[in-house]
Formats: sequence, C-alpha cells, structure tokens
Amino acid sequence: MAMMRYAEALNAALREEMQADPSVFVFGEDIGRYGGVFKVTKGLMEEFGETRVRDTPISEQALTAMAVTAAMTGTRPVLEIMYADFVPLTLDALVNQASIYNYIWNGQVKMPFVLRTQGGGGAGAGAQHSKSLDSMLAHIPGIKVVAPSTPADAKGMLKAAIRDDQPVVFLEHKLLYNTRGEVPEGDVTVPLGKAATLREGSDISIFATSKMVVEALKAADLLAADGVSAEIVDLRSLRPLDVNAIVASIAKTHHAVVVNEGWRFCGYAAELSATIMDHAFDELDAPVARVTLPDMPIPYSEPLETAMLPSAEKIRTAALKTLK
Amino acid sequence: MKNTPSVEQHLEIYRRMLLVRHLEEGLGTLHKEGRTRGPIHRCDGQEAVGVAATAVLEAGDKVATTHRGHAVYIGKGMAVHPVVAEIFGRATGACGGRAGHMLVADAEKGVIGGNAIVGAGIPAATGMALSMQILGTGNVAMCIFGDGAAQTGICHEAMNMAGLWKLPVVFVLEHNQFGLTVPSEVQSPVEDLSIRAAGYAMPAEIVDGNDAVAVYRAVSAMVERARRGEGPGMVECKTYRIEGFSTSDMGGYQKPEDIAAWKERDPLLVSRKALLGDVGEAKLAEIEAAAKAEVAEAFETALSDPMPEFSLDEACNPYSEAH
Repeated sequence: MAMMRYAEALNAALREEMQADPSVFVFGEDIGRYGGVFKVTKGLMEEFGETRVRDTPISEQALTAMAVTAAMTGTRPVLEIMYADFVPLTLDALVNQASIYNYIWNGQVKMPFVLRTQGGGGAGAGAQHSKSLDSMLAHIPGIKVVAPSTPADAKGMLKAAIRDDQPVVFLEHKLLYNTRGEVPEGDVTVPLGKAATLREGSDISIFATSKMVVEALKAADLLAADGVSAEIVDLRSLRPLDVNAIVASIAKTHHAVVVNEGWRFCGYAAELSATIMDHAFDELDAPVARVTLPDMPIPYSEPLETAMLPSAEKIRTAALKTLK
Repeated sequence: MKNTPSVEQHLEIYRRMLLVRHLEEGLGTLHKEGRTRGPIHRCDGQEAVGVAATAVLEAGDKVATTHRGHAVYIGKGMAVHPVVAEIFGRATGACGGRAGHMLVADAEKGVIGGNAIVGAGIPAATGMALSMQILGTGNVAMCIFGDGAAQTGICHEAMNMAGLWKLPVVFVLEHNQFGLTVPSEVQSPVEDLSIRAAGYAMPAEIVDGNDAVAVYRAVSAMVERARRGEGPGMVECKTYRIEGFSTSDMGGYQKPEDIAAWKERDPLLVSRKALLGDVGEAKLAEIEAAAKAEVAEAFETALSDPMPEFSLDEACNPYSEAH
C-alpha cells in the first residue's frame, strides 16, 4: 500500500495503462504540456510523447465524436472533458453515436473509450463550473458511468475503465483530487458495477457516490452520536448499478437515504429511489429519503452555495426524519 | 492524366453505379407499392461521388458517410444483398435489420458507417484518422458529407484538428445543392464551400461530381497525399439530388428545368459515353444486363429472407453480462 492523493492515483492508472498498452492515448484541453488543470495527466507528455498525449483545441463536440470512432478502429482513447458542465457539448457523440453502434451494428465494433470529467460544487466556481450531471449521463443505455470516492477506487476503476470494451464516463470531483488514501501497489483493478460497503450499520442504509460518500461517512459519525447505526454503501458505479448490494443492505436496515449532488427532478436519486421500490419495497419500514441539490442554478457566493449543496448535516436530518 | 482510372477501373465504377441506380429505382417502386418502411433517401444522379471516391480506397481504409449512403456502401465493396436485406429489416441484413438504410455498416469492408445526424460523419472520419496516425497503420479515412453538413459547428471543429495534426483523412463534399428542402444559397454566403479548406491548411479541388473520372482523379490525389502523411484534403463534387430528400418528400421546391438539365448530365450517361469508345457497345450491354439481374436477385432473396427476433439478452445489448 502507498499513501496517495486521488489525482495521483488517477495519474498512476493512466501511466500504467499507457505503459502496458500502446493503443491507449490521452487527449483533451490543457492536458499535455501543462499536465491538466487538476494535474491528473502530469508528466504523461514527457514520458509518452506528443502523439499519444495531445493538447487539443476547445472542441468538446468533435473531440468526443472522434474518441468514439478512434475507439472503433483499434485505439483506446481517454478523453478529458475539463468540467462536467461541458458534457452537454458532448451529448450527440454519447447519445446518438457511442451508445448505439454496438447494438445497432450487431456487435461488429467495440467501443473502448473513457471520457474523464469532473463535477461538483463547493469550490466557488459558479453556475457553469460546479454541476453534477450524473443522471443525464446514466440515462443513456450503452454507456457505463462510474464515480469513485477513494484514491484506491479511482486508480483501480480507471484501469478497469480503460480496459473495458464499452464506453465509460468516469466522473471525478474537484474537491476529491486532494483527498488522500491508501492505494494498493501494482496492477490492481476494481470491477465496474460493484458497490462497496464502507461502514456497516443496522438502522439505516445511506447510498451515495463520489464526494457524497465523504459526506455520508461524516453523517454516519453524527448519527452515531444520535444513537443511530448507519450503513454507508459507496455505489461506485452509477450504471451498471449493483442492485444486489442495495437490496442486501436494505434487507438489514429497512430504511434508506439516497444521496446525489445533482438536481432532484428526474435526478439520479430519483432513479435509486425507484430501483429500491422495484426490488426492495417489502423490506422498507419507511419511505426512501432523497438528499439532492435543489432544482436551481448553483450560485457563486459562499453562503449561497453552501446553503444549497447536500451535506453531512442534511443527510443526518433526512435519516432522522425517516427513522421517526 | 495523373491518377486517371484505368479502363478496367472505370468499368467497375460504372458497374457499381449501375447497381446503385437499380437499387434506388427498385426501392422507389416498392415504396410506391407501400412495401418499404420508414423514410428512404435515394442518391439517383449522385452515384459518381460515392462510388468513384471510394473506388480509390484500399481494403483497410475506412469511410464514414451520410443518411444517403447507398453509393458509398456499394462503392466500398459491400454486396447488394446485405444492403437490400438491411433496408427491408431482415435478419440477413448487414446489421441484422437493426440499423436500417441510414445507418448501414460493414466493419470488415471499412464502412463505419452511415450516419443520420447531419455533420456527425465529419468528426467520425477524423477520429478514425487519429487512430490510424497513432497506430501508424498507413491507412486513410474518408468522409463523404453534404453541403448541409458543411454548415455545422462540428465540421469546423473536426477539420481544424484534421489540419492541425495532419491527419490522414480526405473530406469528399457531395454538394447536391440542398439541405432537405433548403437550397445551398439560402444556407451559405459562399457558393464554393471548399474555399473554407484554406482555413484548415488543407488543399481543395472542385470537380464535376457527375463525372466519375474527374471525381476519381481528384480524390486519388488527396488520398495519396494523406497516405504519405502530408495531411488532409478536400474535394468538392458538384452534383444534384434528382429524386428529392426522401420518400417522404412532397416536392415542389426543386425547379423542373434544373432537374431536366442535370438528368442530361446523369453520371451513368457520362461514364457510358466515355467507356463506349474503349470497350464497345456489346461489353457495356453485357455489364448493364448483369447489374440489373444482380440487383433483381438481391431484392427477390431479401424479400423472402426471415425477419429478426427480438431478445433483451444478447451479447451486444447494453450491459449484457456477456460483455
């Protein structure tokens, strides 16, 4: 094990996969000479050269479409879209291109590309640089969407995503890049589509991804002081979703809080809630509680932004209300 | 003249253009009988572009085309039957009936593929070229796109990167004068859209898109250049969409005198006239009869082929455990 920052773990995954497989290449805005605005691609251009590590023009639409067909023709592209807020620019390539060909062309092509992006609020980046658009992406059949919360998962899941033959959207969070954690050494992958129980509990299950896992773990401490034993399940993968892990946890606690940093209406938390209704309704002793962003733009000023973001305190309040 | 196709090559281009024309006419007849499904976009009168441009390519080269791609499918080497079977939604179709006529692909032949989002083929071919450059395959990607697609934002993004990185891609602009019903002069301030190539440091040539030999020559020069690693090029082929936008087109916006004038310059007539002196009437008649019979047989077989069965649990369904 080595202690690493989340961004360093991603960097190690990219480096190892590029060393192991010459068909892996990375491209995106500011990712080469500068090493990425969050330094995830630091040093890669020096090590692998300008053919496999490309600084690009500001062209999210075409870059994503190019990743799709580069992936169909023998390479494994890893594209960085600097902010999740720019994902709407990539949607034709995801919705009308990447997601359809494997099925529509009857299995004639593989589509091994990864779109890395980062979202989330709390950094004062304003309404166009703070969003979580998880549900918009997870809505598209044919695209895998993952959002690891720890450095170990960041590394292991990025390696798995690069080796996957389907398109994978890899969601990072700007406030996780500097978080530290133990990362196993060597070639360790973490399978996509499997949840992890980070804290066992018996009274209520809290399901989250990405930075909301960090908030859920803090909430579990607050709830412990309230005399409530909370189980924290890091879903890790939004799609495919580990439904079995969700059902198993609710079978134990009979109460559920679902947390997502995106909007509420038609949001990822709504999908989790409906999934629980489909698969575990008989196990529930109370309605599922949702903790989400309110349905409005993310404001700039610190007290305004802080007031609206999902937090440990809001998760605690929702849990206590559900348990009443 | 440099890059002129040999007589044999031109004959093969002519034969494939005939296959496409019979395919289009067959579809038109069956549409009138109510036996087709969904809109069908015919390329009558534009066959020289799709067939002669792809005739230049090698087996390992790739092509991305439009929703009006029949000439490209046949030009790049697909047989008629899997195309017809796909158009009629049969299990024996090139994509098992899942794609339909606008999205046909045959990965083995390098057709990947038709695309019904106007403009999306441009970054598609550019991405293939990026892959070819990174892997050093020595292959070339080709994009066939229309004057409508030339007005999209993604066209600018993709061509900028193609020029910037000297990608091995050739952009063949099939200028058929219309984007659905709107004429080119209502969509663009310039008549010759390929003047924009200069902004991407790309050479461009304008040719008579109804003359297969002219198309072949110009495209061939650009493909050779791209294959040498000298970067992308553009060929603007001036042609005309004789049969309207699709089978759902109500018509009324194309001038009858324009249609009549372009019919006189039908690419099949242009090639036939050029070939007559070289191979003689008997040879041409033989090729023409064979092409007609080949397409008729493909229709007959395809129309009696089985329909596909729906299943949620197949290897190429999204998230199948089989992945």
